Amino acid sequence: MEHKIRVLVAKPGLDGHDRGAKVIARALRDAGMEVIYTGIQQTPEMIVEAALQEDVDVIGLSILSGAHMTLLPRVMQLLREQGMDDVLVVAGGIISDDDARVLKMQYGIAEVYGPGASTLEIARFIQERCATKA
Amino acid sequence: MRQRPDRVELADAVLNGSRRALARALTLVETGGPPARALLGAVFPHTGRAHIVGLTGAPGVGKSTLATALALHWRRAGRTVGIVAVDPTSPFSGGAILGDRIRMQALSGDPGVFIRSMANRGRLGGIARATGDAVLLLDAAGFDVVLVETVGAGQDEVEIAAAAHTTIVIEIPGAGDDVQTIKAGILEIADLLVVNKADREGADVTVRQLRAMLNLSDLSGAGWTPPVLAAVAASGEGIEAIAAAAAHHLEYLRVSGRFADDTRKRAEYELRVALQETALERAQSDRAGWKTLVAQIASRAIDPYAAAEHLLNTPGNVAM
Repeated sequence: MEHKIRVLVAKPGLDGHDRGAKVIARALRDAGMEVIYTGIQQTPEMIVEAALQEDVDVIGLSILSGAHMTLLPRVMQLLREQGMDDVLVVAGGIISDDDARVLKMQYGIAEVYGPGASTLEIARFIQERCATKA
Repeated sequence: MRQRPDRVELADAVLNGSRRALARALTLVETGGPPARALLGAVFPHTGRAHIVGLTGAPGVGKSTLATALALHWRRAGRTVGIVAVDPTSPFSGGAILGDRIRMQALSGDPGVFIRSMANRGRLGGIARATGDAVLLLDAAGFDVVLVETVGAGQDEVEIAAAAHTTIVIEIPGAGDDVQTIKAGILEIADLLVVNKADREGADVTVRQLRAMLNLSDLSGAGWTPPVLAAVAASGEGIEAIAAAAAHHLEYLRVSGRFADDTRKRAEYELRVALQETALERAQSDRAGWKTLVAQIASRAIDPYAAAEHLLNTPGNVAM
């Protein structure tokens, strides 16, 4: 019996634009993953709690508000506190290259996707990373 | 054999209330196989304490919203609540979107609540193969009430009735004429009927039709007539009456002796599921032999029943 990749897709912070998050959720579903979609206006605490209860392999965070340098490091810190460092975290949204570099190098976000990123590419990245982890 | 002690450790952690261990254990029973069975064996003696409540109804009737409202009510009464929310798996990709948590935000941050989303992974009947096992784990972890929310169910997703003590069927106003209410299926499994979104037009008519349907049936002679309750789950209206009716139903099961009957029925159901799963797993353990048989059936060299007999008669397949 195979293990299905479980992904939490969430929108931290206050912006209510969840079109992108829904497109990603659907693309990952079509790639055979089980996607737990929690919707908009999530605090980092809510996201990490949901990820723990759902025992996900991956967290996908969509953020368009510009608050990514506050909210994303906080998510990573809470994950570490829970001993959940093994969860793969990817982010998408309007994030500058400089910020993306810091989020990856300093905070351990696995990948950062901007506008125009291919959903197939994102799904493939997740599948490859989960395959090497298992 | 490092596996077994690990499973026992995990079981201990679940019994001691570790949420992380519970989450891991739930994943394990979803995956299935011998490690999952070892885990369930270790927690099984600690189950049988929770009130298991099923919530079912068509997509969009408000199952998640009602589950949240009920959970908030029970939390105020000091009871802990575990929730298993089942959503459908895509038959094409094998993936799923599990969206029940969206409407359960009000429960976030409460250590007395644990929510797990579950894909049905192609299983018909309204719940997943592992839903019953997940209920056992939440029960063993000490939750007072375990709520199971089925996939959006149509007319025949009645498996929840075998898994729960109290089954709540949710309807909304204006869904079909009164003949719909006397069809077989989902309405027959209701211990409680809730007409949700009762602030909409026609709610009183739906309540009346459902009550009339119940009066027609001889099920009412069985000692429990399902109450028909109006509610607006989104505002909390009518929730107290639903919780009271659920408690009353559990009391009725105990006093009437039906609790023991239902426990036996549930045990039989659990045995049937376990047997199917175990037999299938053993039969498929010889992949080459399995494929040969499938090919022989496809070419009409052997019929499926003879093939099944052959597999069950193969030493090691059914021996315990």
